Amino acid sequence: MKKIEAIIRKSKFEDVKAALHAVDIDFFTYWDATGVGKSTEKIIFRGKSYDTSKINRTMLSIIVRDQNLEKTINAIITSAKTGEMGDGKIFVSDIEDVYRIRNAEKGPEALYIKGEEV
Amino acid sequence: MVFFCTLGVSAQDPKAANDSIKATTEATIAPVSPSVDSGDTAWLIVAAAFVLMMTIPGLALFYGGLVRRKNVLNVLMQCFIITAVITIEWVVIGYSMSFGSSEGILNPFIGGFDWAFLKGIHVSDLSPYFISHSQPTADGGTIGTIPHIVFILFQCMFAIITPALILGAYAERIKFKGFLLFTVLWSLIVYNPVAHWVWSGDGWLFKMGALDFAGGTVVHINAGIAALVTALMIGKRKYYEGHPTQPHNIPYVVMGAALLWVGWIGFNAGSGLAADGLAASAFLVTHLATATAAFTWVILDWIFNKKPTVVGIATGAVAGLVAITPAAGFVDVTGALLIGMLVSVFCFIMVGVIKPKLGYDDSLDAFGVHGIGGLWGALATGLFATTAIQGSYSGLFYGNATQFIIQLKAVGVTILYSGILTAVLFWITDKLVGVRAKDVDETEGLDITQHGEIAYNKAD
Repeated sequence: MKKIEAIIRKSKFEDVKAALHAVDIDFFTYWDATGVGKSTEKIIFRGKSYDTSKINRTMLSIIVRDQNLEKTINAIITSAKTGEMGDGKIFVSDIEDVYRIRNAEKGPEALYIKGEEV
Repeated sequence: MVFFCTLGVSAQDPKAANDSIKATTEATIAPVSPSVDSGDTAWLIVAAAFVLMMTIPGLALFYGGLVRRKNVLNVLMQCFIITAVITIEWVVIGYSMSFGSSEGILNPFIGGFDWAFLKGIHVSDLSPYFISHSQPTADGGTIGTIPHIVFILFQCMFAIITPALILGAYAERIKFKGFLLFTVLWSLIVYNPVAHWVWSGDGWLFKMGALDFAGGTVVHINAGIAALVTALMIGKRKYYEGHPTQPHNIPYVVMGAALLWVGWIGFNAGSGLAADGLAASAFLVTHLATATAAFTWVILDWIFNKKPTVVGIATGAVAGLVAITPAAGFVDVTGALLIGMLVSVFCFIMVGVIKPKLGYDDSLDAFGVHGIGGLWGALATGLFATTAIQGSYSGLFYGNATQFIIQLKAVGVTILYSGILTAVLFWITDKLVGVRAKDVDETEGLDITQHGEIAYNKAD
């Protein structure tokens, strides 16, 4: 099992969500993330516009079975890409174990609902 | 407000004078004792409540939204405690110092202590201060048409909002104890005397003929200069980079500015102390100048920053309200349009160009908006005052250059007095209790370090 963490443009969130659903990745967590980097965002305040050091992005966290890793990553890359600097990054890491709290199911089968597996 | 005190000069307004002559003639035929005018009184009670609404929640939300989320409670608390403490100060001594009278050499400068704790003021007393509505008394004097208590309350709300305006300058870095001591000292030693000079019948600026209908000099220049001085003395916020920090809640800023706009109708249209045509005219020019200033700011934003901003329209509206304040009872529609349009130009240049160049940290532009807007408004009153509104007052553009010179003098004196005394009082406060919050407190936020509370809890 793998954890995929992706930092994407806020404007691409709906596209990425649709692309993930299209390849049957139905469960994931996301949140607003703020970072610093080379790019800046322009803010106007009382007659003057200035650069903030803040970069606003959306962060996704998806845990998948090994067999779904590649299609998930492909879905994100294709849907989140604009070709400009600042499109984001994807990080992949190993997951040691998974438990479903409802019935203490353990391992990869805790990641999908039986009868709906892909 | 241009008040005529029974003890002061006689009414300069020919219409009022005519009325009082007429009234006197009638009085000789059928003597009647002076009585409360219920229309005037009803409006002034409502107007006083409107002015209270300007500070809480109007200004509290306006300033609260502009600061960072870690300091919002501190700003709300400052507005709230000013309301509490200055109300007490006003009843104990403030009203007497501002609108009372004193003997001898001090008479033009300070009101004395006769009315301390409102001693000797009764429920049935009529206001000794009046503008367009007055009536003769049994002993041949002239008196207002609203209860004295209503006048005291109306003025109390002005005394509250003035020190509250200053807090925009030192927001996000002041120690609460230092803030509180400074506010009380400033109200006693700066606000009360200046209110006496300009608005009391004994006041020396009033006698010189300075015009300030609803508080451009007393409230806005006074507070604006104090804001500049305190911002310079307390120093920049940590990590200040020469531009404002991002407002944490712009909807608060908009709600605050909107409440200020509504409340300001009480501030300006109430300052004639009557429900009459002058009040209607003050309402009209206040509303028009504010609308013009708000719209002008948006146009400037569009031209220079490519986008019409929400904080911009709110700031423009407040600048317009500030500028029209001293002029509200003296100018017509032309004056209102020009005052409103130009105040946004001046304030836009001040906060968008000059302030970033100079690099001082006036957190919420208390000087940039209230100081500059107040200065422009006071001078503009000397330019645009027209006899079409009050027969005996006119400005430079209506052939009375002297009025402009008088306005310049009144403004200069207020800048000097407020500037010097604010510096002295802030210095004393710093020596006694300290004004600057500790670095770690400032970084963590004043909400948790000064008040032990957090505005937006993440957990239930």
